[in-house]
Amino acid sequence: MSLEVEEKTPVPRDPLDPGPRHEPLVFELSGQGKVGYSLPPLDVPDVTAIPRGLLRPEIAGETEITEVEVARHFTRLSQLNFSIDQGLYPLGSCTMKHNPRINEEMARLAGFAAAHPLAPEEVSQGTLELAWRLEKALIELTGLTRVTLQPSAGAQGELAGILMVRAALAKEGNPRRTVLIPDSAHGTNPASAHFAGYTVRELKSNARGTLDLHVLEEAMTEDVAALMLTVPNTLGIFEDRILEIAEIVHGKGGYLYCDGANFNSFVGIAKPGLMGIDVMHMNLHKTFATPHGGGGPGSGPVAVCEKLVPYLPRPTIERRPDGTYVLDLQRPDSIGRLRTFFGNYGMFVRALAYIVSYGNRIGEVAQGAVLNANYIRARLASLYHLKYDTPTLHEIVFSDKKQVERGVHNVDIGKRLMDYGFHPPTISFPLIVHGALMIEPTETEGRASLDAFIHAMREIAREVEEDPQIVLNAPHTMPVRRVDEVAAARNLVLRWKPGS
Amino acid sequence: MKFLPTSDADRAEMLAAIGVSSVDDLFVSIPASVRQAPSLPPPLSEIEVRRMFGNLAKKNANARETAFFLGAGLYHHYISAIADQMLYRSEWLTAYTPYQPEVSQGTLQSIFEFQTHICLLTGLDVANASLYEGASALVEALLMAERLSKGRTKVVLSQAVHPEYRETVRTYLANLAIEVVEVAVGPDGATDAAALAAEIDEKTFAVAVQSPNFYGIVEDWIAASAAAHAKGALGLAVVAEAASLALLASPGEKGIDIACGEAQSLGVPMHNGGPILGFLACRTAHQRQIPGRLVGQTRDAEGRRAFCLTLSTREQHIRREKATSNICTNQGLMALAANIHMSLLGKHGLREVAQQSHAKAEYLKGRISALPEYRLPYPGPTFNEFLVEGPRAAAPMIAELARRGILAGVPLSRFGAGPVNRFLVAVTEMNTREEMDRLVSALSEIGRER
Amino acid sequence: MNPEDLHYTKSHEWVRIDGEIGTIGITDHAQKELGEIVYLELPELGHVYDAEAEFGTVESVKAVSELYTPLSGEVVEVNKSAVAQPGIVNDDPYGDGWLIKLKLSSDEEVKRLMSAEDYGEYVQSEEKAK
Repeated sequence: MSLEVEEKTPVPRDPLDPGPRHEPLVFELSGQGKVGYSLPPLDVPDVTAIPRGLLRPEIAGETEITEVEVARHFTRLSQLNFSIDQGLYPLGSCTMKHNPRINEEMARLAGFAAAHPLAPEEVSQGTLELAWRLEKALIELTGLTRVTLQPSAGAQGELAGILMVRAALAKEGNPRRTVLIPDSAHGTNPASAHFAGYTVRELKSNARGTLDLHVLEEAMTEDVAALMLTVPNTLGIFEDRILEIAEIVHGKGGYLYCDGANFNSFVGIAKPGLMGIDVMHMNLHKTFATPHGGGGPGSGPVAVCEKLVPYLPRPTIERRPDGTYVLDLQRPDSIGRLRTFFGNYGMFVRALAYIVSYGNRIGEVAQGAVLNANYIRARLASLYHLKYDTPTLHEIVFSDKKQVERGVHNVDIGKRLMDYGFHPPTISFPLIVHGALMIEPTETEGRASLDAFIHAMREIAREVEEDPQIVLNAPHTMPVRRVDEVAAARNLVLRWKPGS
Repeated sequence: MKFLPTSDADRAEMLAAIGVSSVDDLFVSIPASVRQAPSLPPPLSEIEVRRMFGNLAKKNANARETAFFLGAGLYHHYISAIADQMLYRSEWLTAYTPYQPEVSQGTLQSIFEFQTHICLLTGLDVANASLYEGASALVEALLMAERLSKGRTKVVLSQAVHPEYRETVRTYLANLAIEVVEVAVGPDGATDAAALAAEIDEKTFAVAVQSPNFYGIVEDWIAASAAAHAKGALGLAVVAEAASLALLASPGEKGIDIACGEAQSLGVPMHNGGPILGFLACRTAHQRQIPGRLVGQTRDAEGRRAFCLTLSTREQHIRREKATSNICTNQGLMALAANIHMSLLGKHGLREVAQQSHAKAEYLKGRISALPEYRLPYPGPTFNEFLVEGPRAAAPMIAELARRGILAGVPLSRFGAGPVNRFLVAVTEMNTREEMDRLVSALSEIGRER
Repeated sequence: MNPEDLHYTKSHEWVRIDGEIGTIGITDHAQKELGEIVYLELPELGHVYDAEAEFGTVESVKAVSELYTPLSGEVVEVNKSAVAQPGIVNDDPYGDGWLIKLKLSSDEEVKRLMSAEDYGEYVQSEEKAK
């Protein structure tokens, strides 16, 4: 792929021209008398047996449009999005990789998509068995004892994990008061610890970007319930002294919690259970390629060691000696429920389909992700500042330090990448790298797309030197120009109003 | 491996560029003692995957191939073919959270439309971009009310709120020094209004009542909102069957401050319980405390209408231990599905679906209550679901009917909540009169068996 | 630069003392770090605070920060125009962008605060640590 800078030079647009890609709101397409549905005639008497005072008038402002308009509206809107299927989407910490389509079809089989979780067990053996098989696969991959599939997303998984730790410690007589969290952690870690009733103590990373064992030893007291460690951490660095870390935490009777958001970088290569990790959540949309869907649905299963099994959320799925499956709704020591039903079951179907498609070759996922990230690192390290030169796995965090000297910030670099056909990296995270550009290519990018991305990043670095304005004003080729987020927050307009 | 587009030659060149001799060298930071390949079977082809999942799917009763009357917070409504076909589009399916508005206007505008639909249905001013599902939506609504109260510590909850919602509330609030008090239902099946008012005091920050409640009874939210306001607390409406919003008086009309719950009925398949679709709506005065994602309208650099995430500084990834909610993602794709569904049905379709569901439920309710072995324990008005008391334990009866292709209802024993001979029956526009008659005959027959 | 006649905190607030009244705002450095401010949450009149107490929040599109009282006292005035147009705090942090006025309850506490020069050095050392 060759990129001619001339082609990318912005063409000034007529500001009065609404632009070819502007789409009205669905409410603005409405017209009296239009319908987008059909129902069979009512085959019973049309009664309303509810007192008048409990009924509403018509839904003023709701749409009246046809299927044709709906088809066009949602197709046109979709075309304003960037997606993985269009190209490399290096959003660090989010793992934007290809979503196998067979998984979509399997999740839509009537036996899953039209099944009801409260149907009798006798007619739900397939759904129960699938969940049980997924649990078994995750047990094998993590090396831990049991897994709950219930949490709706990673953040809820974190909360479940810390609540189980709390329940176990409380059962021993003292739930303790503090949770330790490195300063490189995802923001969800401190938030989850807070919701579990803990005070958070932040641990400063060392000059290598890893946990400082002296800092840990000093902080790890018998009042500490757990250390929440992201493995590898958000810089992509694997804590190479993980075994010593576990020893320090266990030595004081604490639990080692692993934020498994980055499990995709070592799945099939190493097992958290062997590292001394006691509890770990996973994000099915990251490691196991369930689609991100424009921001969910996620799914955040949690694997636990033997000691935490009694505290798993209710219900668990058990296999009877005769090979049938049953829900265990009792579990007296359970932390309880985190949501309705079993969790985001449709994501279980997709994740299991993904795991069996890789089978014993699943380590190739991690190998590909790590190779690709290190290739980008090697090819861009001379142009973008790298705060920590420690080896990294699946992602790489550069900063805008060199570009700031020319007045260009990480945000601007991200916006300019859009003009080159890429989604921006994660901007300004992790917090310990000022001006961070967090790049995660994933294993589903080939050499050609990596090279095109590297080329774009190099061109942008050159533009910053030669013509920073082009970067500062980017994007130039998107459906909209730079969006005013400040105005949105100062003057909140959060809905369309009838008559507006 | 068909998902890994790196050729052997490319790999060799990439390793050379990195300066290592093998991919293994990139993993040196992981101690050898923790490395272990998993013991999994060899990879399956697509044909084998289809076979495996097809066999598992076949073992489950599903709503498309049975006479189906299950509800209890999850309903089988019709979803137009076009909705799911839209969800297959790569631009929706394989995009992520619209952090970067210039490449995400589609998702952002769709969420803005979703927020508007929820406002129109609930009669409230502001709605968020969706939450995980109904139970955690209630938790988030309670936490929001607690923040707004600045120091109050007690919640009054109707016992006719879905039992799994109440259990979720207990899990979340267990360690946050909040007292949860529950109020029982009266003889008509609605929350006992006098008992509710008596429990609300100066410490109470929220009063939450569900309608239609867990037993299917349509409640008057005004009882909750008026009693709450009398003591300076907020009135919360919980909705587990959102199709009802098109027929019943809206929470906004009834003085409710925050409405929350489950919007699965508005275009999301049952998915065996998830992914489904939590929602939360409130009044303008409280909008800065609304949890979860929110899309706002703004302008781009050329003055054109554009959309972006807003108020996101309160989210966990920025606020850390000071975050106000445990929500990180929303249910993006499900909110899109609901937007498409609500847009298609619109003003008239949403109403007609609700009316048909109600009329059919009334027909079935009348026929079941006429059977000598069955009675309706609660006389209050219902929308599309009602509680039935049978001659003996409901769970085995329902299991027996399931083997005959009729999913008759949900026994209360599943929730450990109430007499074992009671069960919930739900009806939607999908049920035909013939199916309902078949259920009535089967119930009659099995009711007489000993 | 930072006005010489003000007193500064490590949490980047300033206070101007005028008799028994202390006017409080955030520093120029703080507003630059936050970026364009979109929302201010300030206390009601009559609220009494200890020194170093949280009295409100300041919100930009990228962060929310707590505001802390440099000194103890009772809130006697709140800058309503800053609440209505938070951009003032960016434009004029030491002037029209002030936040609240306290009726101070102690003469002693001010000794704990930094001078403009000390604050300038403090900010520089913080910057270096990045």
